[in-house]
Amino acid sequence: MSSWIVIVCGLLYLVLLFAVAYFAEYKLKKGKSLINNPYVYALSLCVYCTAWTYYGSVGRAATEGIDFLGIYIGPTLAAALFFPVLSKIIQITKAQRINSIADFISTRYGKNISIASVISVVCIIAVIPYIALQIKAIAISLNVLTANTLAENSVIYITLVLAVFIVIFGTRSVDASEKHEGMVAAVAFESVVKLVAFVAAGIFVTYGAFNGFTDVFEQAAAKTDLRKLFTLNGENVYMSWFTIIILSMSAVLFLPRQFQVGVIENVSEKHLKKAVWLFPLYLLFINVFVLPIAFGGKLLLPATTDADTFVLAIPLFFKHDVLSLLVFIGGLSAATSMIIVETIALSTMVSNNLVMPILFSQHAFVSGVDQSIRKLILYIRRFSIILILLIALLFDVFIAQYFSLVSIGLISFAGIAQLAPSILGGIYWKSASKTGALVGIIIGFTVWFYTMIVPALANTQLINASILINGPFGISWLNPTALFGLKGFDSITHGLIWSILLNVAAFFWISLYTKLSAQEVIQAELFVDISKYNVPEQSLIWRGTAYMPKLHKLLANFIGQARAQNLINNYANRHKIDLEKQGNADPLMVNFVERILAGVIGSASARIMVSTVTKEEEISLKEVFKMLHESQQFIELNKELRKKSLELTKASEQLKEAYSQLKKMDEAKDEFLYTVTHELRTPLTSIRSLSEIVHDNTDLDEEERQKFLKAVVTETERLSHLITQVLNLEKYENGRQQLHLSSFDFVKFTEETIASFAILAKENGVDFKLNMPNSMLLIRADKDLLQQVMVNLIGNAMKFTKTGDCIEVHVVEDTEQLEVTVSDTGKGIPLEWQPFIFDKFFQAKNQTTKKPLGTGLGLAICKRIIEMHGGSIVVKSEPEKGARFTFTIPTFA
Amino acid sequence: MGVTSKILVVDDDPYILMSLEFLMRKSGFEVMIARNGTEALQLLDSHNPSVVLLDIMMPDVDGYAICKFIKSTEKHKLCKVVFLSAKSKEADIQKGYDLGADLYITKPFANKDLVNKIKTMIV
Repeated sequence: MSSWIVIVCGLLYLVLLFAVAYFAEYKLKKGKSLINNPYVYALSLCVYCTAWTYYGSVGRAATEGIDFLGIYIGPTLAAALFFPVLSKIIQITKAQRINSIADFISTRYGKNISIASVISVVCIIAVIPYIALQIKAIAISLNVLTANTLAENSVIYITLVLAVFIVIFGTRSVDASEKHEGMVAAVAFESVVKLVAFVAAGIFVTYGAFNGFTDVFEQAAAKTDLRKLFTLNGENVYMSWFTIIILSMSAVLFLPRQFQVGVIENVSEKHLKKAVWLFPLYLLFINVFVLPIAFGGKLLLPATTDADTFVLAIPLFFKHDVLSLLVFIGGLSAATSMIIVETIALSTMVSNNLVMPILFSQHAFVSGVDQSIRKLILYIRRFSIILILLIALLFDVFIAQYFSLVSIGLISFAGIAQLAPSILGGIYWKSASKTGALVGIIIGFTVWFYTMIVPALANTQLINASILINGPFGISWLNPTALFGLKGFDSITHGLIWSILLNVAAFFWISLYTKLSAQEVIQAELFVDISKYNVPEQSLIWRGTAYMPKLHKLLANFIGQARAQNLINNYANRHKIDLEKQGNADPLMVNFVERILAGVIGSASARIMVSTVTKEEEISLKEVFKMLHESQQFIELNKELRKKSLELTKASEQLKEAYSQLKKMDEAKDEFLYTVTHELRTPLTSIRSLSEIVHDNTDLDEEERQKFLKAVVTETERLSHLITQVLNLEKYENGRQQLHLSSFDFVKFTEETIASFAILAKENGVDFKLNMPNSMLLIRADKDLLQQVMVNLIGNAMKFTKTGDCIEVHVVEDTEQLEVTVSDTGKGIPLEWQPFIFDKFFQAKNQTTKKPLGTGLGLAICKRIIEMHGGSIVVKSEPEKGARFTFTIPTFA
Repeated sequence: MGVTSKILVVDDDPYILMSLEFLMRKSGFEVMIARNGTEALQLLDSHNPSVVLLDIMMPDVDGYAICKFIKSTEKHKLCKVVFLSAKSKEADIQKGYDLGADLYITKPFANKDLVNKIKTMIV
């Protein structure tokens, strides 16, 4: 392919990257943050997949088989740890305005500058080769695409464009703890590009060059040398696989670029929820086609083709120019996104932890700090960026050839893994000490260098190769490839075992035997118990004198007058600090200024700067513990108060509920009383009126007198019946009525009850149809109460049954239950009334029907009695077809 | 008072009807009896009584509706309406008067009192 097309496309892509970043920052100015989005967050985490993934996975799969998967299984497992570990780290980072992984560790161990510097050096040494690897990948892909027609230095130009990008979007603000909006948006965009390009290549190979997965795999399985790639092979292969998984687990959390996008650039902790499954899903997608492409390359391309270039070489082999370009752009995106983020993370560390501490250690410099410091910091960062890229380029040109692609990545992972003990120990173990962490890291890193870098250098004859055979100075147990005589593992596993083992041992052993300083105790408390101290004001332990105007000026020098003024005023407002008050600044304010400065220059340097304008008093360890204890108690008290107030709210809600319940019951009772009095008045009216008539009219004839008096008697009976029923119901409802249980034969009982209706039935011309078991049906219940139920039901049926019809009574026993049905052939109950007929006085209140004889309480009483027996009563009725009342009660209540 | 003023007594309780019928007849009215709203409306139309003694809670049409009908019908504009009800709440009584009733007497009542009030009303 013509080289200028390739170069133009590559540059156009970088221009597009600029556009995306600018767009994100433009949107932010308009008040909308693109990166405040869980999907963008998850995609930015995928910066994990570099050119090493893009080209190297296929290369490794083509030589080692499914071994390559380890690098993705690790992060997938680590995703499960996002919640306990990553979310805790994010909380701490936000509370303390931490701006890099070195800053994180040094802040934890008492804001110590030496530990920050050491970690920065570790990161630079471990990561720069990895950046060089990306540059190398770009160069190789350019060569493949243009068939080596391109000028050697083309990769330098691409690096230069990248440097411009990083300088522009990586040093936007002097506050490194602020989000790099444009950079994150661009990286998320690149994650999409590399996935699309790789999957496109995969689909082309699998479905274009072959007939789907089965075809590729079957053809591969047919060849002996490819068949072994389906499984893990080699000596101690499971151990090296395990090593790779562990290394990549630590890498996905602690590589400077992963820490940058995963922690520093994290907008909201909630985004983790989606990232937990989106990130592994992304890894799955980008790995689906690795094996098909690897087999495809082996099956189709000449044996001399470098397996690392298969992704690109296959589309080229088929002369598919557009796809080849797309694949190239995908690889470019994988490489550039890694370079961008890693360089920004490293430049923050270089400027904050290496350059600035040297400046701040000069008394003359510190006392001369003024407005220009901001420009200086930005220039230091920009200079660091250029320097890092330059070193990477030099490494690529002069040293990289001595390492294999894969080994550079894994060695880098192993170097960063040296930070894992002090980070994990730091957030879970309060006794972890600065010295322990520092010594652990130094030992671990030295062993790492000795066991992984030295052998590579020896292989290149840069140092005497005899060291690999006889050990240094002929001391064989110091042989860097078989330290202390450990043999049989691959070099990475061997190096990792010794470096981590000695690192962890030193870290724990020294931590156990060192006394913590006051500052360490405070920071340990804040890190390990972050959930208690997520409001930084609650954790303030500082005593001394500070002069507010000086503090103000200090902050203004670093972040600008306007912003400093703004922040200080806001903070003073929020915490009711009187800024007008003369004299000493509030300790809260001192703490606040230090935290803001920490975001700019790192916690250690910030502490130095703040100490120049304040006089801090030494606080003894004893006092620290006392103060921590007090603030703990304060927090506990707060928690307790909040709990109490919650309880109060709940109680008041319950009271409200109870009150409305009572009110409802009261209303129901009023209504009941009103209905009862109303029902009493009707018979009372006729009794009074009729007896007055008899009393006043002595001239009544006998027949009339008898008629009136008989009416009085009837109405009096009705009255007393009503009163009895009201009292009964009241008794049943408030639970004062107890069941007087006795055992009796229900068949006989029913017969007797029906017999008592014999006269009435004869008068009305109504028959009974009985359907009962022939034998005895023994039940245990309150006989008197059940009698009331039967009488009520049969009495009701009698009222509605026309002459010549009959009332049916069914009694069935069914698995310890008695089911009794009384049906009539009357006019039935309209459907809409059926839900209410068991309510008190329902018929009295519902005045569109002919008032039947009765009190309106009968069915309510029946229901109550049945319920007292633990049973239920229902009605089934269709208009004009009669009503069927059925009650069920346990045979032994 | 005319020699034979017509009075319509409407109630669904047979015993109250029994006493009211006796009392009104003795007081010199020509008495008609209705046991529900429908009957009442029929008798109103056919006999055009000058007084109606009206219960409120009744099957089919209730007393209020009958009162409303009487008071809004030209033919019955001279007809007096007397509610005779066990409903004793202030709101119920007010409702009766609002519908144009001439009297509202609560149950139970004293015979003499009832008769006097009706007589006074129609003089």
